[in-house]
This record gives sequence, structure tokens and C-alpha cells, in this order.
Amino acid sequence: MDCRVTLAQTNPTLGNLAANLRDHVERIREATAAGSQLIVFPELSLTGYFLKDQTVDLALPLAAKELGELATLSKSISIVVGFVERSKDGRIYNSTAFFEDGRVLAVHRKVHLVTYGMFDEQREFAAGEEFRAIDSKLGRFGILICEDAWHVSSGYQHFLNNVDALLVPSNSPGRGIGGGDSDLQSRRTWNTLLESHGRFFQTWVLYANRVGWEDGVLFSGGTRIVDPFGDVACALEGFDAGTLRGRIESRTLERARVMTPLRRDAKPWILAEALERGLAKDGGA
Amino acid sequence: MKGLVIDPALVENLLVNFLREEVGHNGFTKALLGVSGGVDSAVVAALAARAFGPQNVLGVMMPYRTSDPASEAHARLLISELGIASRKVDISGMADGYLGGAKIDQPMRRGNVMARCRMIVLYDLSVEWNGLVLGTSNKTEILLGYSTQWGDSASALNPIGDLYKDQIYQLARHLKVPAPILDKAPSADLFPGQTDEGELGFTYADADRLLYLMVDERMRESELVERGFAPDFIRKLAARIAATQFKRVPPIIAKLSHRTINQDFRYLRDWGK
Repeated sequence: MDCRVTLAQTNPTLGNLAANLRDHVERIREATAAGSQLIVFPELSLTGYFLKDQTVDLALPLAAKELGELATLSKSISIVVGFVERSKDGRIYNSTAFFEDGRVLAVHRKVHLVTYGMFDEQREFAAGEEFRAIDSKLGRFGILICEDAWHVSSGYQHFLNNVDALLVPSNSPGRGIGGGDSDLQSRRTWNTLLESHGRFFQTWVLYANRVGWEDGVLFSGGTRIVDPFGDVACALEGFDAGTLRGRIESRTLERARVMTPLRRDAKPWILAEALERGLAKDGGA
Repeated sequence: MKGLVIDPALVENLLVNFLREEVGHNGFTKALLGVSGGVDSAVVAALAARAFGPQNVLGVMMPYRTSDPASEAHARLLISELGIASRKVDISGMADGYLGGAKIDQPMRRGNVMARCRMIVLYDLSVEWNGLVLGTSNKTEILLGYSTQWGDSASALNPIGDLYKDQIYQLARHLKVPAPILDKAPSADLFPGQTDEGELGFTYADADRLLYLMVDERMRESELVERGFAPDFIRKLAARIAATQFKRVPPIIAKLSHRTINQDFRYLRDWGK
């Protein structure tokens, strides 16, 4: 699964599909010219985040021409894009599409919609119901959209699925200045989370977070690649839009998994049996 | 208190970025603000000078005939240190035109009229300057409702509204705000001898610590008492926050239709930007 990747740290225009699509196309062309085989955009990269009543107006069916344009470009590079999806049964999802070889290869619908504090996703979106591995020509991928990654069970399923890389498109707002730290608390938490995912799920982690402000809320970037040892391979610092190019390799995966064979020694049936006994229902009491 | 300690370089970076982008969303590259000679407007002016370049920031001094001359002197010092553009508009004529005729002598009413006169001047000059009005209210005063509605609380955007007064001082020292501004007692200067702490009846230091624990850390009264706060002080501030909520939200609209503005017609201000 050795491949050259581009992570796009974008600053979308809120609710302006046409402008955002133009930015996507430009970045995809640049990544292709630079020799990348995969480009990953942040969550809701085609629309921006705090859409509120715009959500329903921006929802796209998979057959939409905007997505068709991206599908066409995927003949030369695999493309991961965030958008508002309108399903055939009329539900609206916070989705990420994986385009490859001119078609939609897979769609992941965000499972863990954030609805607390400053977030209100359950008002706008229906929740996805599954975490499926995606078999691409480049390797095996699992997608976790932002909050999906905060629930260990999401990453654990992809770990059991033996993915080569977790793709984590995100729209994380930066917050937390107390304590005198030189970085935002939310960014430090994300870095810990991503490094933990790399280390304990022994996979590459490709985190694409957006930047920019929506009504006083900063999206805090920090786009990065974490290797299967949990170390940061490369990252964007600061709060500006940008591009991160890197490389993910099978040999690193193999070395990490030989050194500490966590997947080999996992005993998922213990979890399965506990769930069977009603663990999730009675809270383990 | 650790939770109130900030890294001022980080906050400066965030707020300069905020000013540039959010002002830019509205198609502007310039800004203006009322410069009172106090620390809050000094911090906003310093941030704006860094965000837009000093030549694109207008500091407006708006004294009333009873204003302390030191306020204008401090404002001039700041303006000259930052190299921003400046303008002086004496509001005595416009304020007295109303106050005298209506024979208003209650200090609070007079102060409110002055604050609203200054708002009128700033919003008018924003057309001439082709820039947006920046707010200079901090989190402490917004939570306490210690401001004049549609007066000093009025702005297009406010970079410091999520910083407590103590954090404003940390940022001010980092931004090298002139010492006389840092050293004097905070005052709205609406009548002679007024100080914020005298009028509020408690210190900013106590208010900041209590507000931080109540609002940011969501502590209950029993937990606050355990930390040494007097029950009366806790209840006084809690009541004050609730009583002044009207200053923090848009006016209430009577809902009649199926789609009412701000109820079920919900868009960001940055809609399409």
C-alpha cells in the first residue's frame, strides 16, 4: 500500500458549493501534478460547517453533478471529500465520499454526530450506522469523521478490519486557552488522540482538519500524518490554509506490528461475548 | 488561578487572525474603535494595528465636557505609540442637546446617553472610514451586564469578549500597552471620580475568579463556597448574570408564523462568506 498522499487543509466559504468545488478541483490538480495518489479533504469540505438551515439546501445525492466532476478527476488520483448527502430515502447525512477510478468507491456517513455545547449535528443530520473498511487500489482504509474518532470502538473496528490507514477528515473548532499553554487545549487533545490511534491500532493516521472562522469560531487546522508507531510523520502548524504532502508505507506497518503484535494478540471474541451477554445494554452492571 | 492564565502570544495570534478573517468576510480591510484611554480599547487597538496595519485603524476619542483629561491624554499616548489614525469628536454638544432639554441629572441615565452618543459617532464614521466598528467589551463586563445596551456594547465584532479582565491585562502587558494605562484603576469615566470596582462593589480579581469557576468550570454554589467564596457574593453575581441576559441576545420577536427569525430561521452571520 505504499502511496504518496496529499492532505488539504482548506478554508471553505460557508454554504458556497461552487466556490468550494473550484478550490477542490484546483487542489486536486496540484496534487495530481505533484505525484500524489490520494488526496484527503476535511469534513464537510464542500460546504463549511455551521450550516444550520442551509444544510437541507446543500444536500447532494450521489448522482449530483458536483460529485460527478470529482469522480471524473479520480481517474488520475483517489479523492476523499466531505459533503452533505441526501440519501435515496430523503435523509440528510454528514458524509465523506471516496472517489476512485472515475466512480464513488465508498461513502462513510458520520456515526457519532456531535450534539452538545456549541454543536447541534443531530438537529441537522441522520446518523450513519456502520464502520466499513474500504478496499481501494492503494490499500485498505477506514474513515472516521471527526467525533467518530473520539469513540474508541470506531477505531477498534477498523483495527479488527486490518486497515492500513485511518482517514480522519475533521472540522474541529479550536478552544481552550486556560493554563497558559502555548497551544489550544483542543489541539493538544487531538494530537494525543491521533498519536494514540496510530500507536494502539498500529495504523497510519491521516488527519485533515480545516481552518478559518465561522461567526467567531476558529477551526484549528493541525493537519498531520501519524505513523503506526504513534509518531508524527509530518504536520502543518499555524492556522492558515495549506497542503501537506507525505508518504505512507507498508514496511512501517509491518515493522510496528512485528515489534508489538497487538492485532495478532487481540481477543475480540471476549468483547463479542460480553456484548452478547448485554454489556452495552446494562452499562456493564 | 491557573485557568485564568493565558499564553498571550497564542491569544494575540488567534485574535489577529480572527480580526483579519472576520472583517475580511464582510469585504473590509479597515476598522475603527472608540479609544477611551482604558486598557480594553488599548488592547483592541493594538490587535487591530497588527491585523490591518496601523494606517488602516482609526482610533476615535470622544470626550464629554466632564471627562477626566487624563483619559484623553492616555488615549493620545496609545494612538501615538501604535501609529494609528485618530480623530477627536467632542460629544458634549450632542449629548447636552438632549440632556439639557430633558433635564436629566440621574448619573446612570446621563452615562447611558453619553455611551449611545459615542455609538452614533462610531457608526457614522464607519461609513466615512469604510471600516467596521470593533467592540471593546471584555467577558467580565459582558457577564455582569456592566455596559450600556446599544452604547459601548454595540459593535460589528468583538475580539476580546471571551477574555476576563485579568486576561485582558496579561494580553495588554504582552502587547506593550503604555504603563499609565495599565497602572490606573479601570473606569467608565461617565462621571467624575467613578471607578468600575467602586461602582460594582467588588474587585475585578474576585469577580474574574468566581465567574471563571461558575461559567467556565460550571461549579455549583456548594463547590464555590468550599473554595472560599461568600454565599452572598456568589448569589449576587449569579443574579446579576441572569438579570442582564437581555443585553447579550437580540431583541425578542413575537412568533406568529411557522418560520420566525432566530427561532426557526437560523443562519450564521457569515452565511455565504
